[in-house]
Order: sequence, then structure tokens, then C-alpha cells
Amino acid sequence: MTVGLFIPCYVDQFYPGAAIATLQLLEKLGVDVVYPQNQTCCGQPMANSGYEHLTKGCNELFIENFADFDYIVAPSGSCVLHVRDHLHDDKNPEAAKNISHKIYELTSFLTDVLKVEKLDARFPHKVGVHQSCHGQRGLHISSMTELVAPEFSKPGSLLQMVSDIELVSLGRKYECCGFGGTFCVTEEAVSVKMGKDRVEDHLEHGAEYITGADMSCLMHMEGILKRQGSKVKVIHIAEILNAG
Amino acid sequence: MEHSTKDHAELAEEFNRDEDRVDWHDETLWFIRSKRDKAAHSIPEWETLRETASQIKNNVLSNLHTYLQQFEQNAIANGVEVHWAADAAEHNQIVHRLINEANVVRMVKSKSMLTEECGLNEYLAKNGIEVIDSDLGERIVQLAEEPPSHIVLPCIHKKKEEIGEIFHQHLGIEAGISDPQFLTETARQHLREVFLTRKVALTGVNFAIAETGEFVVCTNEGNADMGAHLSEVHIASMGIEKLLPQKKHLGVFLRLLTRSATGQPITTYSSHFKKPREGQKMHIIIVDNGRTVQLGRKDFRNSLKCIRCAACMNTCPVYRRSGGHSYHTAVAGPIGSILAPNLDMEKYADLPFASTLCGSCSNVCPVKIDIHDQLYKWRQVLVQAGYTPTAKKLAMKAMATTLASPALYHIAGKAGRFTIKYAPFAVNNKLNPWYKQRDMPAAPEQSFGEWYKQNGKKK
Repeated sequence: MTVGLFIPCYVDQFYPGAAIATLQLLEKLGVDVVYPQNQTCCGQPMANSGYEHLTKGCNELFIENFADFDYIVAPSGSCVLHVRDHLHDDKNPEAAKNISHKIYELTSFLTDVLKVEKLDARFPHKVGVHQSCHGQRGLHISSMTELVAPEFSKPGSLLQMVSDIELVSLGRKYECCGFGGTFCVTEEAVSVKMGKDRVEDHLEHGAEYITGADMSCLMHMEGILKRQGSKVKVIHIAEILNAG
Repeated sequence: MEHSTKDHAELAEEFNRDEDRVDWHDETLWFIRSKRDKAAHSIPEWETLRETASQIKNNVLSNLHTYLQQFEQNAIANGVEVHWAADAAEHNQIVHRLINEANVVRMVKSKSMLTEECGLNEYLAKNGIEVIDSDLGERIVQLAEEPPSHIVLPCIHKKKEEIGEIFHQHLGIEAGISDPQFLTETARQHLREVFLTRKVALTGVNFAIAETGEFVVCTNEGNADMGAHLSEVHIASMGIEKLLPQKKHLGVFLRLLTRSATGQPITTYSSHFKKPREGQKMHIIIVDNGRTVQLGRKDFRNSLKCIRCAACMNTCPVYRRSGGHSYHTAVAGPIGSILAPNLDMEKYADLPFASTLCGSCSNVCPVKIDIHDQLYKWRQVLVQAGYTPTAKKLAMKAMATTLASPALYHIAGKAGRFTIKYAPFAVNNKLNPWYKQRDMPAAPEQSFGEWYKQNGKKK
């Protein structure tokens, strides 16, 4: 099985640590991983702003880079959701459809495809888990209280396999952080207020780290934590699952 | 009531200047959303109910012409006069004519979001007709000369102390009273006099049954009943989408409506109106006002399934932190943001962008409207129709060009990280909305791509 590693643009540029951890974690689990070096972005920043018609170039490039892999894995629920729902190519509709079936967000790839049941990882800290909306409600990697259905969390079940970790409970564990792509600048006031409230919930419950499956939400909350002069850090879930 | 020319982001920013108030507003609505969860989880077949309601409404939307004619025929046979209004103006004129025919200049009205949508109160006021809203929340915002900020809880943005002050100014109670029971009793006495003296009463319609020609009005205060039963003329205004095929379908919706809205098992009063009592006249005004246009929009037609429970507002993290007035339209929140652009794309172009697309709205919706997907789709429509600032358009084009080319992307990435590292003043300033209340991410020495070139395996 060969997996194409898709690293979202902002993770590539600002959070290489999350990408390195993803790569190392997959390799540690015996997966043959290839990182296509001509990749850029899934096109979501344009599409969510109403400019999906400008994403043709991104779509073609994505298909060119990833069509040949057995699976595509990315450390981001949001970007994976975008590819699944919106990747299309009029010249090559089948290739786009195939990709949407074989692209996985990292934690669901670990639980659903690799069926990981134990991890050799240790992270002796108090950690709050942020359930990013696109992974949760879009890809269903965890349940939500809106629906009357059994409770589960794929990221949560993986974190339970980490030694010495202490997961803190939260007041509102399924509330959006307010990042929302370009929403974070076009609706700055509400975006920041949502982020402050989310961060506060983690702080109140004694988290030393805030983790999640989407670096974009974590970047937003990190910006708020840093401005508040907090010592609490954000960390991508791959870095915890690969720690030890 | 002046409607603002400011957009959602500006109005939300104003709302956020008082952070304590935002917290209070958020907590109040979160409390209601939590009650909704509790009520939903107490019904094991909740998801089946939602699916059933959704399918019934899909059937209604696909056969609307048949059900409307059937409803009209049956209502007429019941002795009700049926009127058709193509738009808000025609609706308002019909109401005005019916009031004139009754030889009165005053009317009592129970909650109807349709009349808010049509601007009925303003229209009638201009024509010398006094309207008193009998829903307590509606009456409070009416006295405050504000529009409702929520479709189920019209004055949810007001604290009890502020309501005491409004009643002090308008209903003559002493200053400084904020006891809810006292305030409610004051409103009760005030409204009792209104109910007893108004000869014309207007109500909304929650559900209209094609099979029987009857309509159902749901209230918690019994105010629709008080107005209608004491009136000589009862006018009921309904949008064309309010229909249900048969009476047996009603149970599905009554079980969903108030559990979704407030977490109550059922509304206190679910009143069926079928025919006028002796000596009374009953009128139904069936209003289109853009609904057939929306029905023709493939991607947006199922927004017409909405039963106005407001669960999407209570759950929306943006609504809770920006307030209903920031949506500058009669129906606020996520559902309002997919309904309003149908009426006026230019005026409401900002609303589909007032969302993080978190998807909570679609999952609480009792009739399964794909609200957040429609917000995404409206964004595409509004941009294609040209309702976006030029600067944004240029920025998006530049971004698309860069991201479509690996070479340009690598240069831009390097330049970006270089800027943050060596010229932080270029991004750490007031012109960057990110930086206003958030720090920028630290710029790493290497991107992952650069690291991989050195450390990864060769392809």
C-alpha cells in the first residue's frame, strides 16, 4: 500500500512539525509514504470565499499529484472534506471521483484503514481536545450532541492509547473555534470572540496543551493564547501520537 | 424602525464592544440549545421523525400547486374567505382593505414572522392603523421600537431590567422593577384590555392542512386564541410553504417543533382553526413573496421546508455572539442567511458569509435543511453575480494563480515566512485584521517541503 501524503499549504509553511510527525507516524506503522513535491493547496480558501470557479488550477494540480496512490492521507479534516466534496475536473471526472473516495484525514485513516489498536507513544501532560467542525460534522470522525446517535471519537480513541496522557473534560466540547477560513478576518470580532471562549474552556479545565486534527483551528487559538501571554500550547494530534 | 445600511460584520463588531453582554447573550441561547438536546435525546426515534418530516415537506414542495388548490377549496367550503398575495405589498394592501371593511382603525396581532417579512406594521402605521402585537416578546420590542432579534424569542437580546424600564416608560409602572412575574402581570393586564377592545385580529399560521382546509397556530401564551376568539374578523397570513397534505402528518411536526425550539415537549397551545364562529368573518391570505422563485432555485428550494423553530439560531456560535439584529433581516441566523438573498441579493450579500460553515445548524434542523451547504452555495452565486468588493476579487485571483503553480507557491511561501521573521512590522499592524487580537504564527526556518527535500526519501 502506498500512501500519498497531502500536507495543506499553511501546515507546510507554518507548522512543518505537524507534517513531519504525520510522516514519521505513518512510517512507524509500516506504511509506504510518498510526499509529492509539486503539491500546493486544495483550493478551499478560494472556494469557501465564493470563488470555487477559480480553483480549476488547484484541482488539476491536485489530481496530477495524487491520482496514482492507493490512499491519500492529510493531517487536516477541513482540507480533506473540501477535496471529498468539491474536487472536480471536467476533463477527468473519474480521477476526481476516485480521489474523493480514497482520501482520508489522518486519524480516521489510522482507525478505519490501518485499524490501529495500540500506539507506542507517551505524552505526560494534561490535554484538551478540540473537535474541529469539518472533521466532526463533515467527515464524521466523532459524534455530535445535535444528533441522537451513539457517542464516539476517532481522535479520542487514539489519544486513549497514549501513555500517561490526561485528557481534560470541557464545558462545550463540540463548539466551533471561530476560525472559519477567511471568516477569521472578514468577521474578525466574532471570530476572535469565539476563539477566546474556546480557549477559555480549555484553560478553565487545566489543559497544558490544546490538540486537534486540524492545524487551522489550532493556529487561530494559538494566536489568541500568545496574545494573552499564556503558556498553554497548541499541538497537532500527530505530534502527540508520534511522541515518546 | 430604520433599517441599517451596515453589514453583518460591522453590526457584529458593534455588538461585541460589550463583551459581558455577548457572554450573557451566548449563555442564554446556549441554555436553550442544551434544553433542545435533552428533549431530542429523550425521543429514541428522533432521527426517524426528522427524516419523516423532511420527506413530508419534500412531498409538499413537489406538489405545492395541488395542495394549495385543495386547501383553498376546503377552506372556502368551511366558510373562510381565501386571498392570494403575490408579494409583500399585495399582502399588506389586502390586510388594510379588510381592516377598512370592518370600519376600525385598530388591530391586535399575534406573532407572525411573515408580517415582519412584509413590513406590515410599518405599512399600517403609515396608513393610520394602530397594530398591537400580543406576543409578550413582540410587544416588548414593539414598545422599544425595535425589530425582533429572534423568530421564537423576539426580545431575547433584552435583559429584564431593560424590560422594566420599557414598561416604566410605556405602561406606567414604577421605575426600577425587574421582577419577571410582576412584569408579565403588567403585560397581561395591558394586553387584556387590547384583546377585549379589538375587533380585528391577525394571526400567523404554523401549519395548514390541505385535506381539511384548517390551519394550526402554535403559541405558548394563548395570545393568538385570545385575539382570534374575541374578534369579529380573524385574518390569518401564511406563506405558500406552510402546507401539510393531511391532518395525520401534523403529529410529526408538533412533536418536532417545540422540542427543537425551546426543549418543551409541545407548545402550550396548538390551536386548530377551521371555520368562523357564527357572526365572525375568517380570512386566509396565502402569500408568495419570492417563495416560488426560491422553489425554482434547485440548490435552495428545500429552504422552504423550514418550520421556523429557530434551533439553527440557538445552536449557531456566530448568531449567539453577534445578536439577531446584526443580520438586518426579519428572519436572522443561519436560516435567514439562506432565505434573505433570495429576496434581495445586493442587500443581503453579506449574510451567507456570516458563518464558519461549522454545520451545527444542518444537524439540529428538524426538517433536515442542508443549511450550511446552502450558505456555501449562496457564496458562489453571490460572487458570480458580482456582489463582492473588487479588492477581494483581485486578492482571490492572485491567490488562485499562486496556488495553481508549485514554483510560485514555493517563492510566495518563502517570502511570507521571510517577512514574518525579518519584517514583522509588515504584518503585525492594524491593517491586518488577524493581528488586531491574535499573534501571527512563528515562522519556521524551513517549510515541510524544504525539510522533505533534505530528509525524505527520494521519489
